[in-house]
Amino acid sequence: MANDNDTKFEESLKGLAGTDRAKRAMPGPGVQTQDVEEHVSVTALREQFGDAVLRHEQHAGDEHVVFVKPERLREIVAWLKDEASQRYDLLKDVTCVDYGGGRPIQVLYELWSIPNRRQLRVKVELPLDGLEVDSVTPLFATANWHEREAYDMFGVTFRGHPDLRRILMPENYQEGHPLRKDFPLRGRFSRAEQTRRALALDMEDYYTPAELELRKRKGEATAEPGAQRSLPETAGQPGGARSVPGEEAQAGGGEDEA
Amino acid sequence: MSTRTVEYSVSSNPEMGMDGRPVASPVFPVGMEPEFQGEHMLINIGPQHPATHGVLRLVLELDGETVVKCTPHIGYLHSSFEKLGEYRGWNQIIPLTDRMDYLAPLIYNVAYAAAVEKLMGVEITERCKVVRVMLMELDRIFSHLIWIGTTAIDIGAFTVFLWTFEERERIYNLHEALTGARITTSATRIGGMMADLPPGFTEAVQHFVDTLPKTLDEVEALLTNNNLWVGRNQDIAVIGAEDAVNCGLTGPNLRASGVPYDVRKDRPYYDYDTYDFDVPVAEHGDCYDRYLVRMEEMRQSLRILQQTLDRLPDGPINVDDPRLILPSKTDCMSDMESMIHHFKVVMEGIPAPAGESWFSVESSKGELGMYVVSDGGSKPVRWRVRGPSFVNISTLAKLVEGHLVADVIAANASLDIVLGEIDR
Amino acid sequence: MGLEGRRDLPVLGSGKDGSPSFFTTKLDFIVNWSRRNSLWPMPFGTACCAIEMMASYAARFDMARFGMERMAFSPRQSDVLICAGRLPYKMAPIIRRIWDQMPQPKWAVSMGACASSGGVFDAYSMVQGIDTIIPVDVYVPGCPPRPEALIYGLLMIHEKIKGETVFGEEGKLLRAEDPARAGQAQLPAEVIDQVAVPFGNSTSQNRPSGMDGGRALERPRDRRP
Repeated sequence: MANDNDTKFEESLKGLAGTDRAKRAMPGPGVQTQDVEEHVSVTALREQFGDAVLRHEQHAGDEHVVFVKPERLREIVAWLKDEASQRYDLLKDVTCVDYGGGRPIQVLYELWSIPNRRQLRVKVELPLDGLEVDSVTPLFATANWHEREAYDMFGVTFRGHPDLRRILMPENYQEGHPLRKDFPLRGRFSRAEQTRRALALDMEDYYTPAELELRKRKGEATAEPGAQRSLPETAGQPGGARSVPGEEAQAGGGEDEA
Repeated sequence: MSTRTVEYSVSSNPEMGMDGRPVASPVFPVGMEPEFQGEHMLINIGPQHPATHGVLRLVLELDGETVVKCTPHIGYLHSSFEKLGEYRGWNQIIPLTDRMDYLAPLIYNVAYAAAVEKLMGVEITERCKVVRVMLMELDRIFSHLIWIGTTAIDIGAFTVFLWTFEERERIYNLHEALTGARITTSATRIGGMMADLPPGFTEAVQHFVDTLPKTLDEVEALLTNNNLWVGRNQDIAVIGAEDAVNCGLTGPNLRASGVPYDVRKDRPYYDYDTYDFDVPVAEHGDCYDRYLVRMEEMRQSLRILQQTLDRLPDGPINVDDPRLILPSKTDCMSDMESMIHHFKVVMEGIPAPAGESWFSVESSKGELGMYVVSDGGSKPVRWRVRGPSFVNISTLAKLVEGHLVADVIAANASLDIVLGEIDR
Repeated sequence: MGLEGRRDLPVLGSGKDGSPSFFTTKLDFIVNWSRRNSLWPMPFGTACCAIEMMASYAARFDMARFGMERMAFSPRQSDVLICAGRLPYKMAPIIRRIWDQMPQPKWAVSMGACASSGGVFDAYSMVQGIDTIIPVDVYVPGCPPRPEALIYGLLMIHEKIKGETVFGEEGKLLRAEDPARAGQAQLPAEVIDQVAVPFGNSTSQNRPSGMDGGRALERPRDRRP
């Protein structure tokens, strides 16, 4: 009976396409998976790499997206960058899209060719239990920070990245990877816990533990100039082991300890 | 008061004399510690610091006063914009866009609205296109003015700061006349603008276009041929063209290195290919060239502004589509249909088709990319902002190696960064 | 506090049971006058509010008229901390450290909605109000507040200073600071949780998009009845 009332109400309204969401949606070009316009680079990629190219989509009228196999990603991006007919020399962005509900996470590389004025988006789909892909940092220096952010926000590991650690969140952030769909908006810990952990961050460190490791690996640091004053905090340990900051404050000028 | 004699010894660092030949000058008193041999000093700049243009932390490893290694740390302003965007409807994200690049908010407003309109296949009106171009160019000038003011104040020239802030007050007045807010404008909506230009706006913009060149001339008279300015900026933080492209630099930073890539020319939007303007490109890639490029860009923006004023067409500012645009209040209160449209747009939002769109805009700092992914709902699945400053600041480590500490400040200032965009 | 209470005020020294005398009130007046007319601000600018703070120091809304032109970027030489902008958790220990480094007498202004309550950003990385971390004297609402609003907030600090005293128990209490609390949050944990509960529009931000609403861990208390 309620349904009858609803339909009568709907009919009595003029000018509405009905409450059905799909009917109301803005038409838009949407996603085209059939009858996709030809894109020079995608054709060339198919010739060069064959079945590593999974599919080709066209979005919003003129944006071409090509899905490739994650194992061949670095080769493909290198070929796109170096091949004389392609010359995609500007990597604008490396980021991820998480649709949620256990679906694979897409990692996308937005490429632009300055000489040819052409755009191409290369995507790989990674299953949630295998969030690993090769890093393109050896090819594009700009990928360094972009991949660090993708790791920080989504938990995607980039193999061969020189320095994969968190960039936006504090280095000992324990709550997870924020932009994932299973991460709640306000974080996993209570506000008081987040405040406590934040205030326990050690500001005396010039280098985070990961950066120190990196410097040791590269053989840069002999003596560690003024680096670590306390061991890194492990989860759940209160920051009470530190002395009163007032005593340490005057040492913040950065003098050598060795 | 006792007297004390100090004997000086001549140090190993000679100074330049009047005749251009080095003169050994007394620097250290006798009995002082010999200078450090081979041990580097660590200095932490920021995150709370007057000259880092926001909450940026730089860890410098110094050999004397020369930078051996610079490590920028960011994330001190991470405001979870992209996460918040997933919980908000398309129009509700627009106030978030102001707060990312708060130095040129209208550019972000327009870029985001354009990305969503591209996704939805909405074609905005001619008047709206011209108005958006006008507002973007106005904000480009707005951003460059604060850039030159803060860069000059970092290098030591305080006067320029006061002059440019006075000019910016005039743009603040324009922002306020249009939207009611000085900085956080939120002026665009999907399918149009929040409001049409108020009466007197175009006259005020015309007056601004006529009078700003005088201030720019005064600033250039103070800085461009100034010994100190040139000495602090020339040959500092040089980056070559290939490196710049590989590092992802865009905008004035890239053009100062000789690469003529400007989104307005290479991937035009909003009829930029019909406007008559030049894109300044320099060749050396140092701080001084970045300064010259931005000063000239301001003048070119004035040219574009004049053309938008000349060609501003009449007509509606918003698209005539009830699914997108809120009907006027009078209509709502008098007409059932309008009230229902209003209800649906506010309560359910605007459902977009499934798909994604990337819209690139030439922001004052570089190429701004707005990427929105939709699943057919009224909120995005993913909203990604490719902020140019994020990429620009990543090059700082490479730019300042081998320079002095003071050059780090000059290089940082010349990159024109805004932390809201870096940390998002 | 009318005239009746002041009938038997002594002239010099403190009165009985610490009540003010002519001497102490005059001395208080001089001390407060000199303090409030030369407040050196510690500009802790993070985001958009910092730009409005810069505008209020520039020529049009000149702060130098209030004696505040010397922006002391060193906390050791400043009187009033102006937190202008949003404060993420990564930045929280820094503002606490800067506050601890400021010598007494010191005041704090929370400029803008984000510093006062988290503002638009009720999300995982943002401190929901700096008063959970440092004691705040004046809150200036706005997003961003106009320069005139910031100046009004600073004038409220002036009013606060006018009512202060350096004598007696009250004077001691005003400037009391426990060194053991340095580096710790200002409010206790339960109060932080209460204060940071979503309110207003934030309560509607619990429904994400996505093909799947995401079975994210929701805190039931976040939903208002």
